[in-house]
Amino acid sequence: MSVHKPLPHDTAPLHVTGSARYVDDIPTPANAVHLAFGLSTCAHGEIKNMDLSQVRAADGVIAVLTAADLPHHNDVSPTPLEVEPMLAEREVKYLGQPVFLVIAESHLQARKAAKIGQITYNEKPALLTIEDALAAGEIFEDAPRHYTKGDAESALTAAPKVIEGSMNIGGQEHFYLEGQAALALPQEGGDMVVHSSSQHPTEIQHKVAEAIGVPMHGVRVEVRRMGGGFGGKESQGNALACSCAVAAQLTGRPAKMRYDRDDDMVITGKRHDFRIDYKVGVTEEGRILGLAFEQYCRCGWSLDLSLPVADRAMLHADNAYHLEHVSIRSHRLRTNTQSNTAFRGFGGPQGMVGIERVLDHIAHAVGRDPLEVRRLNYYDAGSPQTTPYHMVVEDFVLDELTDALVVSADYTARRDAIAEWNAQNPLLKRGIALTPVKFGISFTLTHLNQAGALVHVYQDGSIHMNHGGTEMGQGLFQKVAQVAASRFGVTLDKVKITATDTGKVPNTSATAASSGSDLNGMAVKAACDTIRDRIAAFLAEEHQADPATVRFEAGRVLVGGADYSFEDAVHKAYMGRVSLSATGFYKTPKIVWDRIKGTGRPFFYFAYGAAVTEVVIDTLTGENRILRADILHDCGTSLNPALDIGQIEGGYVQGAGWLTMEELVWDDRGALRTHAPSTYKIPAAGDTPPIFNVALWDGANREDTIYRSKAVGEPPLMLGISALMALGDAVAACGDGTVYPALDAPATPERILWAIDRVQA
Amino acid sequence: MDVTFLLNGETVHVTGEAPTRTLLDWLRERRGLVGTKEGCNEGDCGACTVIVTDPQGAQALNACILFLPQLEGKAVRTVEGISGPDGALHPVQQAMIDHHGSQCGYCTPGFIASMACAHLNGATDHADQIAGNLCRCTGYAPILKAADAASTQPVPDWMEEPKLPDGREETTASEEAGVARPRSSDALARWYTDNPDATLVAGATDVGLWVTKSLRELAPIAFLNGCDDLKTIEATSTHWRVGAMVSITDLLALVREDYPTFTEMLRRYGSVQVRNAATIGGNIANGSPIGDSPPPLIALGATLHLRKGDTRRDVALEDFFLDYGKQDRAPGEFVEAITIPRGQPALRVYKLSKRFDQDISAVCGAFKLSVREGVIQEARIAFGGMAGTPKRATATEAALTGAPWSLDTITSAAEHMAEDYTPLSDMRASAPYRLRTAQNMLIRYFHDLSGSPVSVLEVAP
Repeated sequence: MSVHKPLPHDTAPLHVTGSARYVDDIPTPANAVHLAFGLSTCAHGEIKNMDLSQVRAADGVIAVLTAADLPHHNDVSPTPLEVEPMLAEREVKYLGQPVFLVIAESHLQARKAAKIGQITYNEKPALLTIEDALAAGEIFEDAPRHYTKGDAESALTAAPKVIEGSMNIGGQEHFYLEGQAALALPQEGGDMVVHSSSQHPTEIQHKVAEAIGVPMHGVRVEVRRMGGGFGGKESQGNALACSCAVAAQLTGRPAKMRYDRDDDMVITGKRHDFRIDYKVGVTEEGRILGLAFEQYCRCGWSLDLSLPVADRAMLHADNAYHLEHVSIRSHRLRTNTQSNTAFRGFGGPQGMVGIERVLDHIAHAVGRDPLEVRRLNYYDAGSPQTTPYHMVVEDFVLDELTDALVVSADYTARRDAIAEWNAQNPLLKRGIALTPVKFGISFTLTHLNQAGALVHVYQDGSIHMNHGGTEMGQGLFQKVAQVAASRFGVTLDKVKITATDTGKVPNTSATAASSGSDLNGMAVKAACDTIRDRIAAFLAEEHQADPATVRFEAGRVLVGGADYSFEDAVHKAYMGRVSLSATGFYKTPKIVWDRIKGTGRPFFYFAYGAAVTEVVIDTLTGENRILRADILHDCGTSLNPALDIGQIEGGYVQGAGWLTMEELVWDDRGALRTHAPSTYKIPAAGDTPPIFNVALWDGANREDTIYRSKAVGEPPLMLGISALMALGDAVAACGDGTVYPALDAPATPERILWAIDRVQA
Repeated sequence: MDVTFLLNGETVHVTGEAPTRTLLDWLRERRGLVGTKEGCNEGDCGACTVIVTDPQGAQALNACILFLPQLEGKAVRTVEGISGPDGALHPVQQAMIDHHGSQCGYCTPGFIASMACAHLNGATDHADQIAGNLCRCTGYAPILKAADAASTQPVPDWMEEPKLPDGREETTASEEAGVARPRSSDALARWYTDNPDATLVAGATDVGLWVTKSLRELAPIAFLNGCDDLKTIEATSTHWRVGAMVSITDLLALVREDYPTFTEMLRRYGSVQVRNAATIGGNIANGSPIGDSPPPLIALGATLHLRKGDTRRDVALEDFFLDYGKQDRAPGEFVEAITIPRGQPALRVYKLSKRFDQDISAVCGAFKLSVREGVIQEARIAFGGMAGTPKRATATEAALTGAPWSLDTITSAAEHMAEDYTPLSDMRASAPYRLRTAQNMLIRYFHDLSGSPVSVLEVAP
C-alpha cells in the first residue's frame, strides 16, 4: 500500500528544477494587461478630493478605476455578515487600503502609475491599538463573547492563592514566498477563467462572479499550487482575482495582478495580535481551581475571518489543562489597521500562549518546575473531563507522550545541568521548557466540514484524481494520491494529480483548519471505492464470485481464482460498459456546535504534541538563540511520515519565529514600518535549532479518519511556544526568583533585556 | 546599450534594454526563464538567486537587484541551467528531493542556485551559505541535511562555464546618453567630473532598491563593474589599501586573520549574495548611519582616499560623515580606496539586530582600547545606529583615557555615552534600548578581553 510511506512531495522534481509553475509563471498572452492598486496614505479619513489625471496620463496606462467605476459588486469580504469594499468608497479605514485600480500595459508601468495619485483626505482620529479601540468602544458583534463552565468567580474567591497578569502577543506576517497573484482569462460569452494563488477557489469563484455580474457557473477557478499560504491566502486573494476579472471584462484582454512584496505586506491582513488578561486561583501545589481570561483581539478595519479566529482562541484557552471553573471573555476590536485574517492555527495559538503563560506564572508563584505544574493540571485521561465548551476529552494521550519526550529529550538531567551552567556564567544564561499542544480538528463553522472529489479511471488503467483541496506546499496532493493508489492497489505513478478546479469539484471549503487530508482524503476514498466496487461487481458477476471477495492489491485484481492486471481489469470493465468515473463526498461525523452559547462538540478529535526547547540569552543585550529542540508529535497513523515531519519542523520554526524575532511595528500614523523582509525578520537557516530531534507519536486516531491518521497542518506551530517559555526561564535565572519575568511576545532582544531588568530590580 | 554575457552556457547579446533593467525581470519577461522567482524584489529573500561567474570565480547573486550592464563579460547560470543538458539532476537537486527540502517549492530554485554555487566552490558552512535564502515552509532542517549530503558528490561537468566573452572596449562616451561603463578609475574620474550629479553603481545592493522599490529613474548613471583597478588590494605588514570596488566577501577574507570579530560582523552584515555584490566603497560612500563597516574602520583609524578628476585627497574616515545624509564629498568626487591599519588585536566589533543573519543593525559598536601597565592609553570607540552618522563616542573615550583598566572604570565611563549619543526610536529598537546596549557593549568588551564567553552564537548546544 502506498499510504504510510515516507514519499517525497509529488512536485519535488519540478521544484528543484524550477519547472513548477506558479500563477506568475503561467504563459500569458502577450496582450495581457497588468494591474496595481493605488493605496490610501492615511489610516482613517474621508476622501476629500481624488485627482487621478496624472495616473491616467502615465506611460502605459489603459484605464484607472475607482469604486464608482466598478460595474457590479464592490465587495471582497469572505463573510456574508459585512461588505468589505475592494476599492474604498468615500472613506478610507486603514493606511494602505486600495483606493483605485490601475490597468496598464506592464507590471512596472502599473506600479509606477499607482504611486502618483493625488488624493486628499479629511483625516479622522485613527484607532490603532487594542487600547484605542477599547476606549472608543469599537467592537465587532453586539457584545463580547463569553464561554463559561462552572463558577470561576466563586472558585477564585475561595482559592488559597490568586495570581493575576496580562500579556501582549504580537501578530505575524505570513510571508508566503510567493506573493498574492491572480490571472483572469476572458472567455466567449462573458465567461471567465481565473488562476489564483488561493486556498479557497470556490470563494474566488463566488466573489469574481459577483464582481462581473455572472452566475457562479460563468466562472471557473483553477489553482495548481501556491508558493505558501499559511492562511494568508484564504481570503486575501479575493481583491486580486476580482480586479483581474473586472479588468479582463472591461478590456477584453487577459489581466494579471501580483502584489509587490511591500504592497503585499501593507495591504493584507496578518495574524491577530492579542492582549490576554488572566486571573487564576490555585492550590499551594499549583492546581488550578478557577480561571478567568479576558481576551482582547485586534481585528483591524473589517470583519474578514475575525469572528471564527477569536472563537478559536477561546476554544484553545484550556490547551491541555482541565479547567473546572472557567470564564473566557473575548473582545473583538475594530481598529484602523490591516484587517487581520487567518494564519496557521487561526487564533488557537494565541489562546494557547495565554494558558501556557498562566501555567508558567503559577509555577513561578508556587516555586515548582513548570513541567510538574503543567502535568498536575493535565486532563485526566481516565475520567471523562470536559473542556470549557463542554466537550468531553476522549483521546487525551499527553501523559504517555510527555513521559516519552521527557526521556528522549533528557529533560530532567538537562534542567539540572542548565542550573549549574547558569551559576558559572554571569553574562549568558540558559533556559529550558516543555510545553504541550492539544489542538481541536474541524472547522468550527460546521457546514464547512464537507469535501468532494472526482476520480476517473481511463481505459488504459491510468487514474485522474481531483478534489477540492489546494496544494500550498503541505503535500496534500501527494497524501491524497497515496490514498487513491492504495484504494486501487496500484503504484503511485498510476495516479495523476491535477489542479484544483471549480469546474470539476464544486462548492469546496477552503483548504484550512488543517482539514485538507482528513476531508479530501475521505472524499477521494469514497470516489475510488465507488469505481472499485463497480469493477468488482462486474468481474464478480463474470466469475460467479462474491463481489466482497474481489481484491485490488499490488497492481493486480484477484477475483474468484482469476488474476488480472489492474489495466486488464479496467479494460474489461470498460468493454463491459461500466462507468469508470465517480464523484466522492464526505462530511465529518459527530460534530455539533453552538458558537454563541459556547457548547457542543466543535471538534471531531484532538491532535497532540509536545516540545522541549533550550535557549541561551545574553544578559547585556537580550540577544538569544535556540540551542536545541526535541519534539514528539501525534499524527495518528501517519499517511506520510516524511511530509508530516516536514510540517512539524516547519511549524515549530514558524511558531518560534512568531514568538521571538518576528515583530510588526506601526508608527503613530498607522503606517506599517516593517513592510519588507529588510525590516520584518522571519527565521533564517542559522536560526533553526542546531540539535533538532523530531519524532512521531505512534498511535492510531481513535476516530475513523482516513487510514486513522490525524491532521498536521496547524498543531505543530504551537510547539514553538516552548521557545518563548524557555526564554522566560532563562530570564528568570537572571534574578533571585522573586519577580516573575512576564515576557511579552515577540520576545525580541529588547523585550528580553527589559524583562531581565524587571527580575533584577 | 548592449551587454554580452553567457546565459546557461550560450552567448547572449542584449540590446535595447534600459540600463536599470534587472536580470530577474529580463530572465522572466524576455527570456521566459521563469524558474528564477521574485520573492521580495530587494535582495532579502534569495528566491531570485543565480550563479554569476567572472574570471575570479563563481558567486551567488540576487538577480532582482542586479542590472544587466553589471553582467558584461560574465556567465549567468539560472536554475534551468543547473540540471544537465539531458535533464540529469545536479547532486543538490537530487539531495533536496531525497531529504524533503522543498514544500511549497517557490523558494527552492533560489536555494538550488545558492547550494549549487556553494557546492561548486567547496563551501560547507551550509547555514551561512543559505542565510540569504528564506524558506517559510521547512524550517531549514531538511535543506541543511540536503546540502550536507550533496557536499560529498562531485561537481557535474556541465557546471563548467565555457570561455567567458571578451570584455567590452573602453567606452565612456557611451552609446546611450547618460550611461557610462568606464573600464578604469581614470575613465570614471573624467566622466564623473563632467557628470557630477550622476549615480554611481557599484554592487547595486542599495541603488537596486532605488529602482525596484522607489521606482526612480537613474540618469546619468555609471556602472563601475568594469573598473578593475578599483578592485585591487595592496597589503603591507602594517596596512591594507583596499580599492572601493572590493566586495564585502573579499574584505571578509582579507581581515579574517587579523580581526575575527570584524570578520564575524561582516559575515552577518549581509547574506552571501549581498556580500558578493556589495562593495566597501559603496558601504562607505552612501553614508548610511547604519552601514556596518564604518564603526570598526573608524575604531581602527582608517583613511579614506577620495578622487575628483586627477585631484586626490585623504580624509580620516570619521571625518567623512558630516551629518545625516551628508558626507565630505564634493560633486564629481568619488571614493577610490580606503587604507585600513592592521595588527590591532584589541579590536572588537559587536552587531545587534533582531535576527543574527542578514539583518540591519539596531546598534553596531566597535571598540579598540590600548592598555599599558594597567592603564588605558587610548580609546577609540565608534557606533552605527546611535546617531545620524557613524560616530565616535568622544566623551566616553575621554573618560576612559588615562584610567585604570577595570570594570569600575568601564562601568562609569559607559555612563558618558548618554552625552555622546541621542539615538532614535524606530522599528528596529527604542532609543533607551539603543543607549543601554551601547553602554553594555562596552561592559561586554571588558569581559571579552578578560576571556569570558560573551556571545550566544559561540555557546555549544
